Amino acid sequence: MRFGFFLCAILSCAPALAQDTKKEIQKYQQMIADGSPVELFELEGEALWKKAQGPNNVSLEKCDLGQGAGVLKGAYARLPRYFKDADRVMDLETRLLHCMTTLQGRSREEATKRVFGNENQPSEMEYLSAWVASQSRGVKLAAGTSHPKEKEAFALGRALFFHRAGAWDMSCASCHGEDNKRIRMQDLPVLYKPQAARPIMATWPAYRVSNSQFKTMQWRINDCYRQMRYPEPKFASDATIALNTFLTVTAAGEPYRGPGTKR
Amino acid sequence: MTRRSLLAVLGLLLAKPLSVLAAWNEQAFGAKTTADALKGIGASAPSPSKDIVIDAPQIAENGAVVPIEISSSIPGTSAIAVVIEKNPFPLAGRFEFKEGALPFVKLNVKMGETSDVRVVAFAGGKQFSATREIKVTIGGCGG
Amino acid sequence: MAGPMKMRATLAGGGTAAAHTDVRVLMTHPMTTAQSGQALHFIQNITVKQNGKTVIEAEISQAVSRNPVFSFRLKGGAKGDKIEVSWLDNKGETNKIETAVA
Repeated sequence: MRFGFFLCAILSCAPALAQDTKKEIQKYQQMIADGSPVELFELEGEALWKKAQGPNNVSLEKCDLGQGAGVLKGAYARLPRYFKDADRVMDLETRLLHCMTTLQGRSREEATKRVFGNENQPSEMEYLSAWVASQSRGVKLAAGTSHPKEKEAFALGRALFFHRAGAWDMSCASCHGEDNKRIRMQDLPVLYKPQAARPIMATWPAYRVSNSQFKTMQWRINDCYRQMRYPEPKFASDATIALNTFLTVTAAGEPYRGPGTKR
Repeated sequence: MTRRSLLAVLGLLLAKPLSVLAAWNEQAFGAKTTADALKGIGASAPSPSKDIVIDAPQIAENGAVVPIEISSSIPGTSAIAVVIEKNPFPLAGRFEFKEGALPFVKLNVKMGETSDVRVVAFAGGKQFSATREIKVTIGGCGG
Repeated sequence: MAGPMKMRATLAGGGTAAAHTDVRVLMTHPMTTAQSGQALHFIQNITVKQNGKTVIEAEISQAVSRNPVFSFRLKGGAKGDKIEVSWLDNKGETNKIETAVA
């Protein structure tokens, strides 16, 4: 109990926002989404998808994101999922990396040299994520749940969500595990509950107006760990994919409406 | 003179001619107070008007992008200016509507802090204005 | 090298006297301010043309957000009308985009 208060002190936890404040913030979110630079990232992403690269000098257009080679419609909404050719559950960025190395012949080192960009120079992964995600607009989120490895990933993701560790002995649930909490002016969604997870997972990846950057789920998980003072997770690691699986499965059924625009 | 300062001077000299290619009201945009900005655009004493509609959220989750939608139903509106009173340089923009355009604009502005946003409409040689407060907050962990 | 622009122009209020053309344009631009400590780099002028005729001229400051997005409304209009939006920044860089009204 005492520890809870201590945590709250660190997080500057406060009761959730009042209803009319919430409504005004919703109006803000609506107005920035309707007229967002997100489409520019989708445009660039489309160009990169079609660009011949790597030693094999081919584009990503034959990449199989789970719905068949080159099939983009609905692919993002059905990730993460198990892929037989890699014998692994993969999320979007992991699968893009797979296609970069297998189709284009690029080295993992080269393809992951700069996975997270900045406002002046977004990364290839960010542009591609925007483009691929945009092709799932309107499709219900349906990450894989039937294959044993998919079930394993979900279980691991859930365990990680609640597991406290790191320099501050925090878990995802420290911020996202209790009702009626906020950090500064932002309500904290309780992400293990479908009702809260759905609108969140339906709008990532997203353009962050606060830093003018397009951010992906791999980045989001990476940054959460940074904020909790954990060691940095590896890009496309089993842990990050597992968390992404847990969150997406929890949000199952929600029509995807991203890429989003967020504060 | 060091090479760097020589380059800086050259840069300034080169920059000058380009800026005369299109008119840009340096005096008004460089004004640090609302009064000076209004003077700079020739609207020192605008009359309040309810026919200028400012549609904006009362609270912005982040000051980097604040969406504002403006329309004027004052007959003959030929231009609209946006002044963010507490910004270091209050004048954010001036939109001139020629024959064929409606006096309407939606834009995203940066606001340094909670502030009144004043919209000035120019119509038939007169100036009108409306004001709206927008609160600027910060959400999240900064990530 | 200016970044990409995107524009969508559509007819609104179809077939009535209040019909107008909605124009929404996205621009890639850092719009850096004096505050940021970086060199001032921002769009100063925007011009909107409808079938070759200038209908809107705007002067903006670095107070406009990075990667600006603007919505405008033009009187009347018809499918196929050519809309052009161009910008000029304080460094003399420019970009423009042309779209047909859908």
